[in-house]
Amino acid sequence: MAISYAARERAYVAAPRRGPVTRLLEDERWLGALLLLPTAVLLALFIAYPFVKGVLLSVTDARVGVPGTFVGLQNFIALAHDGIFREAVWNTFIYTGVTTVFKLALGLWLALLLNRHFRGKALTRAFVLLPFIIPTVLSTFAWKWMFDPTFSVINWTLYRLDIIDSRINWLGDPQLAMISIIIVNVWRGVPFYAISLLAGLQTISPELQEAAAIDGARPWQRFWHVTWPLLLPVTMVVVLFSVIQTFADFQLVYVLTGGGPANATHLFATYAYQIGVGTGLLSEGAAISLAMFPALLVVVVVQLLYIRRVEIH
Amino acid sequence: MIEGAKWRRWVYFYLPLGVFIFSLLFPFYWMLVTTFRPDAELYRPWMAPNYTPFWTAHPTLEHIKYLFDETLFATWMVNTLFIALASTVISLFCGLLAGYALSRLKFPFAGSLGTGIFVTYLVPQTLLFIPLADIIRNYHLGDTPWALILTYPTFLIPFCTWLLMGYFKAIPRELEECARIDGATRWKAMVYIIFPIAVPGILSAGIFAFTLSWNEFIYALVFLSSPEQKTVPVGVTSELIRGDVFFWGPLMAGALLGSIPVAIIYSFFVEHYVAGLTGSVKG
Repeated sequence: MAISYAARERAYVAAPRRGPVTRLLEDERWLGALLLLPTAVLLALFIAYPFVKGVLLSVTDARVGVPGTFVGLQNFIALAHDGIFREAVWNTFIYTGVTTVFKLALGLWLALLLNRHFRGKALTRAFVLLPFIIPTVLSTFAWKWMFDPTFSVINWTLYRLDIIDSRINWLGDPQLAMISIIIVNVWRGVPFYAISLLAGLQTISPELQEAAAIDGARPWQRFWHVTWPLLLPVTMVVVLFSVIQTFADFQLVYVLTGGGPANATHLFATYAYQIGVGTGLLSEGAAISLAMFPALLVVVVVQLLYIRRVEIH
Repeated sequence: MIEGAKWRRWVYFYLPLGVFIFSLLFPFYWMLVTTFRPDAELYRPWMAPNYTPFWTAHPTLEHIKYLFDETLFATWMVNTLFIALASTVISLFCGLLAGYALSRLKFPFAGSLGTGIFVTYLVPQTLLFIPLADIIRNYHLGDTPWALILTYPTFLIPFCTWLLMGYFKAIPRELEECARIDGATRWKAMVYIIFPIAVPGILSAGIFAFTLSWNEFIYALVFLSSPEQKTVPVGVTSELIRGDVFFWGPLMAGALLGSIPVAIIYSFFVEHYVAGLTGSVKG
């Protein structure tokens, strides 16, 4: 009797006294608002505000240190007549399109290879992801050194193998420079595709494959009619993420060519940097950056619609 | 095994896998060799005879010495580490709270706020850097680590929130309800019951956020100007190139040493990293 009384006593003392703040936080709406506050403040200050400011900047003629006056759409009209800008737009679409096709094909191939059983699989997977996790600028410098016109190891190898007899000027020729940045982007992106698609492959039950095999499906048919449709949702998301990153890429081109030779490899971002930061024409730079927005918006909307459709199913 | 299966396995499996691994890792091997190769060997034209570029007979530490004696490389490393850690902590804090709210609480506009955060996840840094540089200048944050510590969370928080939402959704509601019947407040149930269960998710998000901030380039390039404030990627880019002259030895040494912290963390937490990567894709 005495013990249970004491226990009850203790329970009574231990019961928290709830002040007004605690009671307010018991309300889901208030707690939700409080929990989202830090995120909302940071995103408003450093995403929403700069976006609005970018739009406002792009309709003025501001330079570094000069506030500028309203000029309407003049910056955008000037861009439409700017040959370098048009080439940058063309380059960005080519760069995004070509690299995405190669990254998807090679990444899928690598994922299928890694999905088999073999010794040292975990270690192989860990090493495969290295190009993706090592800071891009630093690994791109390794490529720039490998593409060096005078000391290129790639040229050396091709020369010794009797494939070439004069040097290949990887980064000095406009078309080769474009091919070079595409190669490096594919190199960096394949691991991301491979590891993400591998995760998708691992969720597919092997029994489906076996059932198809028993029904007489050949390997290629099994892939096309069983694996690929089941992998499609993951593939869609991976491709859309990668397309956004590639479309807005900066560091790789900045390090390898800086947009050269003769502005042949500019993307939206590198050209915006050259105009906005390099020459200090803030408003034109902001306009170039913003010109990316419509294309990115299309990709984001496709992604949101697709996610919604998947969630409904 | 079926007759002929062996060569098939070599042609369709080992050979392509070998080619993949070789091409993916060769640039890193090349970084390593260049770091320890003396200048005399480094700058020998590619057509010169007796040229053995794939290893070196005279390894040297001169490039690493140059990096630490003649440049501020050690300072850049400390800067990068501090910035990456601080922005990771801020992002995890915000992401945890926001992820919990969006996945487990019912309040008006929860759905559209979640979509809003997801959309900011897809806003690339290159879209905003010019107006943002202006704002950073106005707040007097230019050329300080805080310019990066406060802006990196803009791309880290959405990622952390999105990833942690997945973890929170998988935790059964009953756990929290039990705690609340036992007298815990919502706040306490969240901090003491739900967050500890989500630790693997927090670790994944943290490691991913850390490597992303170590990797970030354009904000660091635009917001920082004095050499002693720079991060490793920017410092290596701007201080080891004079005009058209590239100091390839120190450059590769810097690239190698600058990658090591990320590589170490990655090697300890590969599984968490992969979980973070694939979790972010699956949403």
